[in-house]
Amino acid sequence: MRLTFLLLAALTLGSALLALSRRRLVHCALWVAVSFAALACLYLQLGAQFIGFAQVLVYVGAVAILIVFAILLTRSTEEPAAPAVIPGWLSGISIAVLTAGGLVVPILSSSLLPAPPAAPPMVTAQALGQELMTRYVLVLEVAGLLLTAALIGAVILALKESEGRP
Amino acid sequence: MIPLQHYLVVAALLFGIGLAGALTRRNAIVVLIGIELMLNAANLNFIAFWCYGPNPQKLTGVLFALFAIGIAAAEAAVGLALVIAIYRHNRTTQLDRLDKLKG
Repeated sequence: MRLTFLLLAALTLGSALLALSRRRLVHCALWVAVSFAALACLYLQLGAQFIGFAQVLVYVGAVAILIVFAILLTRSTEEPAAPAVIPGWLSGISIAVLTAGGLVVPILSSSLLPAPPAAPPMVTAQALGQELMTRYVLVLEVAGLLLTAALIGAVILALKESEGRP
Repeated sequence: MIPLQHYLVVAALLFGIGLAGALTRRNAIVVLIGIELMLNAANLNFIAFWCYGPNPQKLTGVLFALFAIGIAAAEAAVGLALVIAIYRHNRTTQLDRLDKLKG
């Protein structure tokens, strides 16, 4: 259990680091897909099967492919000699290190965190669906509306501009 | 089982990595990748707190993470469509070139 956790955590963090430090954009997209898949395995280890599979479907399946499409559609701007980071990158890195440190130090020194349970909780898709259809049905409808609006908005934004529009 | 701290530390480090990428990279698509990684770090926290919480049968953490995944998908679709629209106008996705509003 501990070994799988360490391997998955190292895979998640290592591939995330590679995804944001590679120069070639296609490599970035592929490494971030690896990171998403390792995170899905972490969810499975925590007993959240449905979220793990939703992560694989939505992130590894849809978002990673969408990123690859966007990279291929905007490909010709890549200048091989230009730097990959903005001029003030050192301050950006220090802000990120300070933020991560400010989160990690209190987590490690806290004594309020609950003790681990004997086994991860079992949650069936049936129970999840029942909650979604009864208690959270309004939220579900709003999420569906938001996804429809995002779908239409994305199509309109990326539509080729015709002569009728400015 | 593994202590809760371990998962929280992984999530905090993932958030830091995503923040570093979003703040330093020049390409708009890589900045979006960094934002997606930060959202995933928040989701890992939701799931970890749900799993170690006093009442996991209530399913609140799982449902919160589920809706967060749905909203992140919508955000990614609109964000990448915006990048493509900006590329059509300016022929670049490098963020430091998009300085038309600079005085």
